[in-house]
Amino acid sequence: MTTRTMGEPIARREDPRLVAGDGRYLDDLGGGALAAAFVRSPHAAARVLDVDVSRALEVDGLVAVYTYEDLEGPMAEPLPLLIPHPRLHAGRTAYPLANGVVRHVGEPVAMVVARDRYLAEDACERIAVAYEPLAPVVGLDAAVAAERVVHDDVPDNVAARMVQEHGDARAAVAAAPHRLELDLTIERSASTPLEGRGVYARWDAADRSLRVYSSTQTSTSVRFALAVKLEVPVDRVEVVAPDVGGGFGVKIMHPWPEEVLVPWAAIRLGREVKWTEDRREHFIASAHERGQRHHVSVGFDDDGRLLGLDVEFLHDNGAYTPYGIIVPIITATQLLGPYKPGAYRAEFRSLYTNTVIVTPYRGAGRPQAAFAMERTMDAIAAYLGRDRAEVRETNFIQPSEMPYDHHLTFQDGRPLVYDSGDYPATLDKVKKLVGWDEFGTFREQARAAGRRVGIGLACYVEGTGVGPYEGAHVRVETNGTVVVATGLTTQGQGHETAFAQVAAEALGVPVERVTVVTGDTRRFKYAVGTFASRAAVMSGNAVALAAGKVRAKALRIAAEALEADPADLELADGTVRVKGAPERELALETVAVLANPLRYAFDEQARLATQFVVGRGVEDPPVAEDDEPGLEATDWYSPVRSTFANGAHAVVVETDPETAEVRILRYCVVHDCGRLINPRIVEGQVHGGVAQGVGGALYERMVYDENGQLLNASFMDFLMPYASEVPKVETDHLETPSPLNPLGIKGAGEAGTIPGAAVLAAAISDAEGFFLDTMPISPSELWALREHHARKDDR
Amino acid sequence: MKPAAFEYHRPATVAEALAVLAEVGHDGKVLAGGQSLVPLLNMRLAAPRHLVDVNWLAELDEVAVDHDAVRVGAIARHARVEHDPGAAEAVPLLRQAIEDIAHTTVRNRGTVVGSLVHADPAAELPAVLVLLGGSVELASAGNGPRRVAAADFFVGPLESALRPGELATAAVFPRPPAGSGGAWVELARRHGDYAVCGAGVLVRLDQGLRVASARAALISVGPVPVPVDLTDALGGQPHDAADWAAAGRLAAAAVDPDDDIHATAAYRRHLAGVLTARAARSAAAAAAAKLEASA
Amino acid sequence: MSEPLHETHLVVNGVPHTVAVPARRLLSDCLRHDLGLTGTHVGCEHGVCGACTVLVDGRPMRSCLLFAVGMDGAEITTVEGCRSAGGGLGPVQQAFQDCHGLQCGFCTPGFVTTITAYLGEHPDPTEEQARQAIGGNLCRCTGYQNIVASVLRAAEILREPEGSGEPQGGAPVSSP
Repeated sequence: MTTRTMGEPIARREDPRLVAGDGRYLDDLGGGALAAAFVRSPHAAARVLDVDVSRALEVDGLVAVYTYEDLEGPMAEPLPLLIPHPRLHAGRTAYPLANGVVRHVGEPVAMVVARDRYLAEDACERIAVAYEPLAPVVGLDAAVAAERVVHDDVPDNVAARMVQEHGDARAAVAAAPHRLELDLTIERSASTPLEGRGVYARWDAADRSLRVYSSTQTSTSVRFALAVKLEVPVDRVEVVAPDVGGGFGVKIMHPWPEEVLVPWAAIRLGREVKWTEDRREHFIASAHERGQRHHVSVGFDDDGRLLGLDVEFLHDNGAYTPYGIIVPIITATQLLGPYKPGAYRAEFRSLYTNTVIVTPYRGAGRPQAAFAMERTMDAIAAYLGRDRAEVRETNFIQPSEMPYDHHLTFQDGRPLVYDSGDYPATLDKVKKLVGWDEFGTFREQARAAGRRVGIGLACYVEGTGVGPYEGAHVRVETNGTVVVATGLTTQGQGHETAFAQVAAEALGVPVERVTVVTGDTRRFKYAVGTFASRAAVMSGNAVALAAGKVRAKALRIAAEALEADPADLELADGTVRVKGAPERELALETVAVLANPLRYAFDEQARLATQFVVGRGVEDPPVAEDDEPGLEATDWYSPVRSTFANGAHAVVVETDPETAEVRILRYCVVHDCGRLINPRIVEGQVHGGVAQGVGGALYERMVYDENGQLLNASFMDFLMPYASEVPKVETDHLETPSPLNPLGIKGAGEAGTIPGAAVLAAAISDAEGFFLDTMPISPSELWALREHHARKDDR
Repeated sequence: MKPAAFEYHRPATVAEALAVLAEVGHDGKVLAGGQSLVPLLNMRLAAPRHLVDVNWLAELDEVAVDHDAVRVGAIARHARVEHDPGAAEAVPLLRQAIEDIAHTTVRNRGTVVGSLVHADPAAELPAVLVLLGGSVELASAGNGPRRVAAADFFVGPLESALRPGELATAAVFPRPPAGSGGAWVELARRHGDYAVCGAGVLVRLDQGLRVASARAALISVGPVPVPVDLTDALGGQPHDAADWAAAGRLAAAAVDPDDDIHATAAYRRHLAGVLTARAARSAAAAAAAKLEASA
Repeated sequence: MSEPLHETHLVVNGVPHTVAVPARRLLSDCLRHDLGLTGTHVGCEHGVCGACTVLVDGRPMRSCLLFAVGMDGAEITTVEGCRSAGGGLGPVQQAFQDCHGLQCGFCTPGFVTTITAYLGEHPDPTEEQARQAIGGNLCRCTGYQNIVASVLRAAEILREPEGSGEPQGGAPVSSP
């Protein structure tokens, strides 16, 4: 009997080596490599007047010191602007090493290469950089006021300005029976995976080839970028993503300065060079996200139905815009959530500040969007005295209205059309899970006991599986193993298991026989990367399609060998056999042998494929014109649009009447990401996403002072939650299959994070009786709000 | 983040350690638990030329309990003191406070004496020492040992009365007087973090189970632990119905905290009141339980 | 201007080693780079994340806050030493696989050592105790829920009589 694997919560194949300490993360590689370290700007804005390396030269074990002056050709040009956009009228990127000016604390100024990292840091300490500090631009207010500028040629600090609209929102709001204005803010946070960035480069001078290992979410794109920057032919560059200790978006940004400089140094020195980012570097030199400020103008009727929604927001993109304006575009389009907005207008300005760059972090602009929309829904409900769930239900796009066209353009450049989803059923499920209708009783009991409790809920829609494509190659080896390769990468999502399940199901083999390689350009060269909850949708389907081709070929070859009709054959238990007559079968590995006509027999199996054994007619070529040797195939999945997942979170909190501490009593998640390849993996993703949502709502914030110094650039003061801060998550799910891809799946990677700030703000507001408009919130801030509202009430 | 180079000294005896410390003076630091020092070294916020590793001095690894006090040697780990039954019986407050220090893994290496010498304004043990009226023993080459009372030991933020060349060899935590109960209450952003505010309270009850005296020591509300006499607010009142809020107000009035990225001064002041009130209530209950048990 | 090296004896996972290291060599770096035991990971180097946790004479400590020279004569257990006697997954490691207690795996070694030590002293924790036991290690992927489950599952495996703890899921011990 074939074991079904699709949809099964099987244990992960990658776990045995990882739990035993046999993972191979970036810093585990390159034992003999030289170590790179960087001198980084201590100023948020400054001119670089001079770099004096003389004292560094005394350090024993120093190999080289580089500054901008050493760079030539493409290396001396700014780093790429990865996602250009017509509305990004003033995009700017950094040089790999500062070219006379630095624009954020942490920007690299010089690179040191030494025998080991200790010595490299010694050398860095001795490099004397003369700066002329400039007054920095910190925070959205300063950016907007533009008394000072981040880039001399961008006088208003505005990198981009974009409007998306459908209908006349302003008129609709003005004409509506009821109107509300809200100002909402989400503060900056960051991905902060446990493993930072890292690059290890090996140049083979004899072969003139470069191999680079990078802790990246897109090895294929890094490869192209390196080929261009280093002027090495693409086919002489290979990039491998090893085991990666988390990404959460920050590692999709590329090429980092370090990512081009380390290979560049390796080529110049003819030595292996490795750079492993440390924690402080990760805080001040990688990327952040989330900081936005929204002004919402909404018009609605007596039932709370949206008639017009007009949103203007400011997005802090940091000092440079290498990733373009994807994040605010996602905010502007995903703000709509599961609702019909009536007329809609979203306008944003993306502004420069002298802070770390902003690139996607799990959610990628959606948490801000969900915050804006869900606070608005709660505000409408409060205004009308209606139940907050009912107001949402009034506005839902109904399943019968799918596909639903919002007449806007999504982040993939394609129409924003929701393909499927059952929003009422999702909300219903989460209400039941949390006990929404019964909460009043619990609240009264709590109040009688002197406790303060509140309940909140938040809905979201997430565009997943963005294109342009992913591909997969599937091959059945002559020993019966199935080898799958896909170009995108893995940072803990269990791809070695999930994609094996897809292939195993298609080929009727035990999943143990399938191995999966991701993120290695030696194995698969065309890919986009892992981000935007796309991997399962994109590569999952590509694997299914490629495996389907292999399956078809296996059936054809076996049919010939068994003298049967392919339609009468099935693949099961690693064999191809006649349905109902299982003794007429061929092992799949035998089919693999037969797929490759041989002149030479290497073993007994191979003998079966040699020219004097196989009976293909002598009038026909051994390999047909439209065929290839081997039981393997490559296929691609390229979606016409993103496929839209959705979900709802509901949370019960308790706040301490004296200390204003917030305790999460229940955290409920209902999500719909279509068909699940491995439910356990999906649930794990939700748990992790919730932890980041809770972190972002109650604990994590990047704190910059007015000088552009990041005050909490360590785990001591950037409060990533421990187990004591993260609640147990109760999950339920629906499966509304995606009509857009063969497997019917939607992405789930960001589901747990997106409504975190929104739902916790809602619950705390409910507990306290006043409206929260800014997140995250600490006990100190909640207490201050209490005092503020108490004073207001006293008047 | 790798530390700068230093010369490593591994004295085999206390006398040897003192000799080295005398020689290196300002250029040297003692390495005991290292849980506070090594992060600073790794971040290169400190780069002493000499590190004197006292972890090999077995004679300093002691926890001695007698009629008067718990004496903790310089390299006795937090974890050891936390789990020492004699210490727990003699000074229950020690275990309560130590349980709030970071996490088990850090407590396995960090030392009680090290925490005192480090004198972080947000650290628990300095306040416990102040509350109990304890002291720190300091040794140096060529001089006799000296003892500094808690009230004089904590000089400023991250600054103790330790002089260059001196080694803190032990801390003495006196038993609270008969009829006393203690409690430690703190609020941290994450479990195990430095406290946003913390209060240790000792309440002594008379034979009628009324408050005879009460005092507090607060952390994270000033450069050093802040002692507060609560007797005026609580004296003479029943142990289970005293005016805890009044005790809290006394504490709140006694502190002058700062703003930082985790909390405002106003909130800290508010917490000083709330946590003192809570700790006072618990301390009185603990005192009553002990008295009732021994009755 | 070379730094003096200190001869240091470490017994790591039962195997004696002698290394000659500068005084400032962190134990984490010594294990990873001088002894090639890369299972212990470095996440912060300031003692907060716990990814570097190893057992020193049986007690969990942050190896990023220890100097190798200071560990002369110590017995150290790393995640590699938490395997079973036969070389397969140890009970805690097996529990992590059974319970999907890891995703990227970077923080996992620090949890494995911490939990191994914990269960040695507290073989039958409640769920709340299990959560407290792991309260000093950061994980960014799992949200901790399945790690708590892994603690309880490991306790269960340890209670089983030898040889009857069947791994679930049928995945092989060694990867292809």
